[in-house]
Amino acid sequence: MKYAYYPGCSLRGTGRAYEESLLAVFRSLEIEAQELDDWNCCGATTYLSVDELTSYALAARNLALAERERMDIIAPCAACYLVLNKTQRYIRDYPDIKTVVSRALTAIGLEYRDRVRVRHPLDVFLNDIGVKAIAAKVVKPLKGLKVAPYYGCQIVRPYATFDDQRNPTTMDRLLEACGATVIPYTLKTRCCGGSQKGTLPEVGLDLIRYLITEAQKNGADVIATVCPLCQFNLECFQKEASGQLRDAQFRRDPLSIPVLYFTQLMALALGAPGVTIGMERSLVPIEPVLAAKEIAYA
Amino acid sequence: MPETRNSGNGSNGNGIRVGVYVCHCGTNIAGTIDVKAVSEYAAGVPGVVVSRDYKYMCSDPGQALIQQDVREYDLNRVVVASCSPLLHEPTFRRAIDRAGLNPFLLQMVNIREHDSWVHLDKQAATAKAKDLIRAAVRRVALHKPLQKRRVPINPNVLVVGGGIAGIHAALTLAEAGKHVYLVEREPTIGGHMAKFDKTFPTLDCAACILTPKMTTVGSHPRITLWTYSEVMKVSGYVGNYRVQVKRKPRYIIEDLCLGCQECITACVYKEGKTPDEFNLGLSKRKPVYLPFPQAVPQKVVIDPETCIEFKSRKCKKTCVEACGERQAIDFTQKETLEEIDVGAVVLATGFRSFDAARNAYYGYGRYRNVYTSLEVERLINAAGPTGGEIVLRDGKRPQAVGIVHCVGSRDANTNRWCSKVCCMYSLKLAHLIKERTGAEVYNFYIDMRTPGKGYEEFYDRLLDEGVHFVRGRVAEVSDWAARSSEEGKLIIRVEDTLAAFVRRIPVDMVVLSVGLEPQADAQAVRRMFNISCSSEGWFLERHPKLAPVSTFTEGVYIAGACQGPKDIPDSVAQAGAAAAEAMALIDSQFVELEPYTAFITEEECSGCKSCIPLCPYQAISFAEEKKRAAINEVLCKGCGTCVAACPSGSIHQNFFEDEEIFEEIEGVLAYA
Amino acid sequence: MRNRQLSPPPVPRGAFEPRIVAFFCNWCTYLAADLAGTSRMKYAPNVRVVRLMCSGRVDPQFVLDAFAQGADGVLIGGCHPGDCHYQEGNYKTLRRYHLLKRVLREMGIEEDRFRLEWISAAEADRLRIAVNDMVEKVRALGPLDLTPKAEEIQEEVTV
Repeated sequence: MKYAYYPGCSLRGTGRAYEESLLAVFRSLEIEAQELDDWNCCGATTYLSVDELTSYALAARNLALAERERMDIIAPCAACYLVLNKTQRYIRDYPDIKTVVSRALTAIGLEYRDRVRVRHPLDVFLNDIGVKAIAAKVVKPLKGLKVAPYYGCQIVRPYATFDDQRNPTTMDRLLEACGATVIPYTLKTRCCGGSQKGTLPEVGLDLIRYLITEAQKNGADVIATVCPLCQFNLECFQKEASGQLRDAQFRRDPLSIPVLYFTQLMALALGAPGVTIGMERSLVPIEPVLAAKEIAYA
Repeated sequence: MPETRNSGNGSNGNGIRVGVYVCHCGTNIAGTIDVKAVSEYAAGVPGVVVSRDYKYMCSDPGQALIQQDVREYDLNRVVVASCSPLLHEPTFRRAIDRAGLNPFLLQMVNIREHDSWVHLDKQAATAKAKDLIRAAVRRVALHKPLQKRRVPINPNVLVVGGGIAGIHAALTLAEAGKHVYLVEREPTIGGHMAKFDKTFPTLDCAACILTPKMTTVGSHPRITLWTYSEVMKVSGYVGNYRVQVKRKPRYIIEDLCLGCQECITACVYKEGKTPDEFNLGLSKRKPVYLPFPQAVPQKVVIDPETCIEFKSRKCKKTCVEACGERQAIDFTQKETLEEIDVGAVVLATGFRSFDAARNAYYGYGRYRNVYTSLEVERLINAAGPTGGEIVLRDGKRPQAVGIVHCVGSRDANTNRWCSKVCCMYSLKLAHLIKERTGAEVYNFYIDMRTPGKGYEEFYDRLLDEGVHFVRGRVAEVSDWAARSSEEGKLIIRVEDTLAAFVRRIPVDMVVLSVGLEPQADAQAVRRMFNISCSSEGWFLERHPKLAPVSTFTEGVYIAGACQGPKDIPDSVAQAGAAAAEAMALIDSQFVELEPYTAFITEEECSGCKSCIPLCPYQAISFAEEKKRAAINEVLCKGCGTCVAACPSGSIHQNFFEDEEIFEEIEGVLAYA
Repeated sequence: MRNRQLSPPPVPRGAFEPRIVAFFCNWCTYLAADLAGTSRMKYAPNVRVVRLMCSGRVDPQFVLDAFAQGADGVLIGGCHPGDCHYQEGNYKTLRRYHLLKRVLREMGIEEDRFRLEWISAAEADRLRIAVNDMVEKVRALGPLDLTPKAEEIQEEVTV
């Protein structure tokens, strides 16, 4: 079946590696995904706090476009995924919102009849393709690579549609299918702070520090994420977060761990050369880690 | 005395003389329905000789009104339009019975629960009342004088469940001279209470107050105690229940076993390998075991799943050797089925604890030092797996303990109800843990519920003892440390709502105060006894306020936690109440059954046999010689299914004859 | 989302008021109706209840007679399958209901006019919703007029 691929703004910006690796995985698994024509920004969390109704209408435009093509949407960015889902539910549950959105869509010649599903790539890979099929296509098993599976909050809260809300395991199983060792990670759904790093840095850095410390404590070589903002937070402020280690007894070596998108690891396992899936752009280099585990990079 | 009286239209020519009585029920009916108009209208319905309206028909003067009219107006039918027949049909039947009229020549009309209380439009409500009364008058004309069936009552009683409620009910009944069968699923009676160490608020030792009662049950001449047994089938009706009980094999001849436990010592297993059920898996037992030291009956049990003799038939059987001359061990013992006849049943099957693993965020099963409250009871108990020492899994004493209230309860995701006893037992555990270990103890609660005698005072005492109380529902128990002081601890994250900030409290041991739930097989049990369950799964009482121990099935009573979460005093009180009600039933010697039975008009039966397989009580048989069906009136429960199915219309149902129903249908639809 | 309608919707004057005969079993649905009363729930006043001990007592002839005598709709209320006070009576009701519905269809009686509901003693709200819903559906269908169909059949059978 064909899916409508909705990249969202971040996958064209800082999250470029997510798109590169995601498309590589689509190719390897022969998933027919076509970019949603003329998609617009979903508004993410920001616009919702500015003007709710308009935000739903904006997001709904993408739903209507996909519905017109009769395709389900794959939304890799966790924020887009949540906003699109939320928009669907609110239109369903609140007639007032439905009225406003319908009017807005009608004005641009579209309609939305709640016939489209919004899917996350994790969901599609596990439930539509299956662990067995994926394992069969692995050419570079990530043997010995210890991964901390970090889901973040938006794909499980408030809606946990395809996985358990407190202890999701979809990513765990996909990474294991690629041969990696998934470490137990209690904080797998703990918030990374989101925009707090910008607005309340002392809070944001603390949250980042907990996540990285816990991953390193459990022996992780790399953290796998599903959200561009999580990836950004965890990767880019490791030195700063280290400076947060106030408790001398608790001081470890400065936090330093590669943070990748789960699709980058999957694409690597499925045979894509590291340089085509954005791995060379990691601030904390992944090549030495892979080399130590004798996993081919190229 | 009468409010208004209308001369009726007169008898309808068939000699039927109906009196109609419309109740105001204060303003409950009269506030919405124009009762005077209704009474006037009724007077004009053919057959009605007198029609009245009155403030409270069910009162003594109200009933006297009817009785007087029956005599003065020579009434032979009565219609009362008031509340639900399920409330007062017996009242009015008795009233006309005393006036010399057969009680079944009455029809009640529900114009309160089904009319005045549920409709806003007064005109529509009044019109509806008229329709219903008109239908009742037409129907009652066809009523026949019926007699209630009298059947003798078997004086024996079955008590299902040997916890404190079942024990108390059985003893009360036995002391009153009744023979009681007490059937218990486990190999010993005692229920949950036998597992406790102390009971709140007096801190009485649970075993000390329970075991004397258990022993009395075990030796009482009028109690037949069947442990390790389950009820399989129930048939019959009030006063005459036939119950099939399955007795599981202990592989021990009960009469010969002295409870000396030499067999356990001698068992080829040097130490236990099977998780001990009584100690909730915190210790191990051998295949031959005694559930706990004060078990009643004091007889061992052999578990066929783990005993080598059952698996390989090649065991040395050192147990048999140790038993010596008594020869009480019998590996060939089989399950037996017993059939008993009883007049009444008391269900006291208790509760099940909420499975703490369902709340994954509390870490039960993931972190070794997260325990349930029942497990901690066993730790505290001197006869338990640690000899009364409250220690962590590695044997060390905890320095800080967190007790989490409301696990599984008051929660939209699991059980919405409050389990009533957890606050009190959490306080009890807090006291005992602090006393024995000197640890810092934290109780995390939503509300502190201490409604019983001495309960609030117990809470006060805990406050003085230095136990910390944090008002907040625990969000998470985890082991990740945010700072070095948290390393190696279990961290409880909770919003302290009184202090208004989120706290992280490191502890060594977490105790989850799990709530109470209905037993896993509550639905199966209630179907067997033909009672209902509430929407949450507790056995349904006849009335939540006024009839908490009887059910809608006559002769079946409920007591204890199976009816809803409650503590020991309330369980005992209910057990006494259930025993009293069962006794009242039995001592009346006869039970009168509603005469709503089906009967066959022989000449009209065509012998097609369509009815025979329809009866779930096998009350219909086929008389070969006559080639006609016949109904056993004693077995018939009066559902009417065969009546509706009979193609020739030869089966009739007393009080629900086809003609009566047709009159009712046509009556409600005829235009006023 | 829960049905927040606490009173039946106001009906314009002169609107057709359906007349519905209901057969409720003593142990479940009748009790639920009583509970609706004690809880002071409000629902449409168009239903007239005939009490039976079990929904299994409902003879198809009752249903036919009700329609023949002028009912616009017939409602049967019984215990949920598995919960019948007399074990299995409601299963028989279910069988008869399905067959009878077919027969009624042939007679020109629309599906929405004949309804079977499983309502337990605790489900007063369910009863309220079922009654209100049925009244509205039957109202939309209008009064039952069997004359055209009767004439049609008469023509067919007249030689």
